[in-house]
Amino acid sequence: MSEINVAPIMETKKDEREILLSVQDLRIWFELRRFGFGHAGYVRAVDGVNFQLAEGETVAIVGESGCGKSSLMKAILGLHRPTSGQILFMGDDISKYTAAKKRWYHSKVGYVQQDPFGALPPFMPVRRILEEPLIISGVKSKSERIDRIRKGMEEVKLSPVDDFLEKYPHMLSGGQQQRVVIARAMIMEPKFLVADEPVSMLDASVRVEILKLLRNIQERHNLSVIYITHDLATVSYFSERIFVMYAGQLVEKAPVRKLVDQPAHPYTQALLTGTSEPDARNALTYKEIPPGEPPSLVKPPTGCRFHPRCIRIIKGECDVNEPVEFTIAQRHTVFCWLHK
Amino acid sequence: MSTNNKTLLQIKNLVLYFRAGAGDVQAVDGVDFDLDYNRAVVVLGESGCGKTSLAKAILRLLPRNISKYSGNVFLENRDVMALGEEDFRRSVRWVQMSLVPQAAMNALNPVLRVGEQVAEPAMIHLGVSKQDAFEMAAKMFQHVGVPVDFLTRYPFELSGGMRQRVAIAMALVTSPNLIVLDEPTSALDVLTQANIFNVLKRLKKELGLSFILITHDIATSSELADEVAVMYAGQIVETGDAEPFFTNPLHPYSQKLMASVPRLHEVRELDFIVGQPPSLINPPNGCRFADRCPFRFEKCSEEPPIFVKEGRKVKCWLYA
Repeated sequence: MSEINVAPIMETKKDEREILLSVQDLRIWFELRRFGFGHAGYVRAVDGVNFQLAEGETVAIVGESGCGKSSLMKAILGLHRPTSGQILFMGDDISKYTAAKKRWYHSKVGYVQQDPFGALPPFMPVRRILEEPLIISGVKSKSERIDRIRKGMEEVKLSPVDDFLEKYPHMLSGGQQQRVVIARAMIMEPKFLVADEPVSMLDASVRVEILKLLRNIQERHNLSVIYITHDLATVSYFSERIFVMYAGQLVEKAPVRKLVDQPAHPYTQALLTGTSEPDARNALTYKEIPPGEPPSLVKPPTGCRFHPRCIRIIKGECDVNEPVEFTIAQRHTVFCWLHK
Repeated sequence: MSTNNKTLLQIKNLVLYFRAGAGDVQAVDGVDFDLDYNRAVVVLGESGCGKTSLAKAILRLLPRNISKYSGNVFLENRDVMALGEEDFRRSVRWVQMSLVPQAAMNALNPVLRVGEQVAEPAMIHLGVSKQDAFEMAAKMFQHVGVPVDFLTRYPFELSGGMRQRVAIAMALVTSPNLIVLDEPTSALDVLTQANIFNVLKRLKKELGLSFILITHDIATSSELADEVAVMYAGQIVETGDAEPFFTNPLHPYSQKLMASVPRLHEVRELDFIVGQPPSLINPPNGCRFADRCPFRFEKCSEEPPIFVKEGRKVKCWLYA
């Protein structure tokens, strides 16, 4: 069964690829109001994020709940308007799109949700779920729609197609539901995919199957993918680069192997320590985990946002000055005063 | 009974079937295993394999549509299956063993202070006064690493990790010897998960507790495991010590499962299991994994007995 193995992605020299998506100094703040009116501050969900995604590149955004990864993702999908900063898709600012251009953009971006059952409308059969995006984007001919649905279902290996076309989501297993979600995301032949924890709700063996499927689709269509997850272990099987997110900021960016082998930010180091590998020796030792919990995004700490939990804090620097981005190796940057 | 005084729990041929429209769901079908004092066993299995039903069968927390419930559960040398419901409630459940149910942290009563909720089992099961129960709760809060002044807080004022610790404290407050944990960390973040496992390890060491940890997460399960039991389609297919299991699992299902775990530091290819687990309403005759097994041969159409290999037990004809 050699064809079903998933090999980790190796670093490749793909620096010449064109930039597809560029996020520049993005801030998404949500206003807090007292009793429905009266300003009471902001939730700084995303606070100064910069990155570029090349055509055909896969990156993972890793962070804990509440770090702002979903807000970042929704802004990229065009669902949140940035408070400041820009998201450029093929050079154009997506917040300046006209209604027609916005529809076009949405056909170029696929979205794979975390909970497949929650993401699928319960009263629609698979055929209808996949047909909807085609109808909305104006594919008039019924036979063309059915052709594209069949092709899409075969691509995600929902075969024989006729067995699945008229099934409702609750009649499918978790893995099959996730395949429908992926087929729906791919039906408009997008240029890039945002996958929000696509495998976290699935069992171990099904998880690998879906990861493998996403990899195949990514390679076949030369898709760019933003893979959002809290599970560092699956990342190396799916991504070239990792961005680590903490309290609304991307604190470290590096190619996968470099980040795993030489993590530079103390938070990244903690995440790696916290991730378990199946090894009986784990039961014999305690893990060194930074104390406390991620800060409030309404009043983030001064200086480095990680400093109250950091064991390597430089007093007088980390708690006062906000760190800037240091480049410590090729394509490896970190926001941390330790690397000044 | 072949127990020595080290054995805390011995389960023999435990069966739990549910009545359903199409027939009986054989959720737990002939489970045997032993657990010593101050040891932790991990029950590993995928969704729908019957692991939560196993926990319910051990604690006798049963829904109404039971069609068969039989076998022996010896707890500290007493067959608790033979007890009447009232005796079981008074002398076993939460007194000798307790449960941290799945998603317990989201099931705390939102309108009661967490201290009252943790103290309640002590008042009900041990009959202590309210004040004593609160003192016991405060002690448990220290054990699980929740500040004692949180006793007067409401669940919504606590983070997910703190609420999970409260749920664990609730299971501990009556000082049982055995705690059953059903997916205690599956909804938590990496660092919170690691913290909870640190707490569980410390409890095991300081209080001499035994754990049954029910989970589908193989990698984090190794944080607590002394022994492993792998469950597939209602049956335990392999049991043994954690060390040999994690390096060299015996049953083909365990091997496939281990091969599907992504590793952080090692670059290795991942494998997955083709097909789906069988229906528990009409499970296949013979080995239940046979249809998906790469090593299947003629013998597999007969139900395999349990073979013992180097002190490990495996339900597979390959080890005949």
